[in-house]
Amino acid sequence: MLEQNIRVLIAKPGLDGHDRGAKVIARALRDAGIEVIYTGLRQTPEMIAEAALQEDVDVVGLSILSGAHMALVPRIREVMDSQGLDDIPLLVGGIIPDDDRNELEKYGVRGVFGPGANTEEIVRFIRHLVAADEGTAE
Amino acid sequence: MKPSALDLAEAAVAGNRRALAQLLTLIENNAERAAPAMSRLYSHTGRAHIIGITGAPGTGKSTLVAAMAQAWRAEGKTVGIIAVDPTSPFTGGAILGDRIRMRDLSGDEGVFIRSMATRGALGGLAAVTLDQARALDAAGFDKVLIETVGAGQNEVAVARLAQTTLVVEAPGLGDEVQAIKAGILEIADVLVVNKADRPGATQTVRALRTMIETGHPALKTRWMHHGQMIGVDDRYPLEDQDVALWIPPIVETVAADGKGVDLLVSKIEEHRNYLETAGLRAPLERAHLEVELMNRLEARLLKRLLERLPEGVLSEMVTSVQQRTRTPEQAIEALLSQAEVLAVES
Ligand SMILES: Nc1nc2c(ncn2[C@@H]2O[C@H](COP(=O)(O)OP(=O)(O)OP(=O)(O)O)[C@@H](O)[C@H]2O)c(=O)[nH]1
Ligand SMILES: [Mg+2]
Repeated sequence: MLEQNIRVLIAKPGLDGHDRGAKVIARALRDAGIEVIYTGLRQTPEMIAEAALQEDVDVVGLSILSGAHMALVPRIREVMDSQGLDDIPLLVGGIIPDDDRNELEKYGVRGVFGPGANTEEIVRFIRHLVAADEGTAE
Repeated sequence: MKPSALDLAEAAVAGNRRALAQLLTLIENNAERAAPAMSRLYSHTGRAHIIGITGAPGTGKSTLVAAMAQAWRAEGKTVGIIAVDPTSPFTGGAILGDRIRMRDLSGDEGVFIRSMATRGALGGLAAVTLDQARALDAAGFDKVLIETVGAGQNEVAVARLAQTTLVVEAPGLGDEVQAIKAGILEIADVLVVNKADRPGATQTVRALRTMIETGHPALKTRWMHHGQMIGVDDRYPLEDQDVALWIPPIVETVAADGKGVDLLVSKIEEHRNYLETAGLRAPLERAHLEVELMNRLEARLLKRLLERLPEGVLSEMVTSVQQRTRTPEQAIEALLSQAEVLAVES
């Protein structure tokens, strides 16, 4: 039996217009054998939740460089939860102060990665996360 | 506890979108586990108009799919979309980016978009995609659009098995019409020249028209009574029937701003009506199903055979062929007889 492929949504919420970081991550994940659904710039929380639902992803990765993570993440979580997507973990990439990291955990953010993060580490993290969730779901 | 395949099918048919998404995943990952779901929903299929969209990379297929979906939504029809992108042959991963062009469809409950990677399975792409299209059909979507890149054979085969197949061209991708190079012109029911705002569109249309007038299979014709052209057409199981011929129309579009899209949509409807009135809908479906069953049979037989062979036998055969002690054909004979002996023993 084939190993089941991991599907990850990489989304870029908020208004800043740079998605270089998000694209680097998307490519790194692809190169690690992961299927990445990439949706482009300026995604609203509703768009992110809708894509996560339709694409049935295992993880949602948010790239937030604008500093607006404390406004965006809770809102995204809220919309996702309202659609029954409370079991899908979030990862956040961006410049996130330590104090905010703890706060973000409350919203189901399972990992935070700064701009310098090692992509291999992110891949490993995602694999672990999905394996652990599969284990509890069966 | 994960919901069972049967539960997912029930819920998807009843309109639960998350169940539908999970069912699509199951179909993609595990045909065996999806089987009960497929048999549950199969009686609900056969209603949707399944439309394949193929063409060279970057011709604007996704943008066009979004524009067509909007046109159908304006008429109150619901639209399911399967957007297929290639899996990296080196890593098994993929970047599925077709949704980028479909953001205008977001927030609409009458649309469901699913991205899919080709993965590696033997002949599996068509089987998986068709079953996913069936799930969307059973969930009640009026139009099911399947976008594939017209590069790989498997991808083209998928578009071909749709009721109506669009081949999308764009000017300026090279001096030759891309579909001619890819050999996919023949499968088109409707030809689209997208990016008609770009220089060269007129030449592309002209090149396509020449192609159709001189070389299209629909025109391997004989002239019949009533002065009407009757085709011996490879695509349709026409045989001896006296039916009018469908010559693929060429439609110019600017998907980016919607120009020409209403005309395109009306040509697609026209094609469906043609199949209906010419009595071709059922025979075409039958011909497609025959291809599908053959493909599935081939894949299953191969899988079964490989499972039967003891480990290492295949690799031994490769070695023997490389060492010139067996020809490839002799190796196959040896493999088959081994598998047969094992089948008798078990
Ligand atoms: N000028 C012009 N550009 C267009 C038109 N339609 C699409 N594009 C642009 O062409 C590029 C490719 O469009 P897509 O819709 O992604 O093309 P595609 O065929 O789906 O691409 P792949 O899925 O990668 O094969 C994008 O930058 C679009 O904005 C058009 O009618 N005119
Ligand atoms: Mg596309």
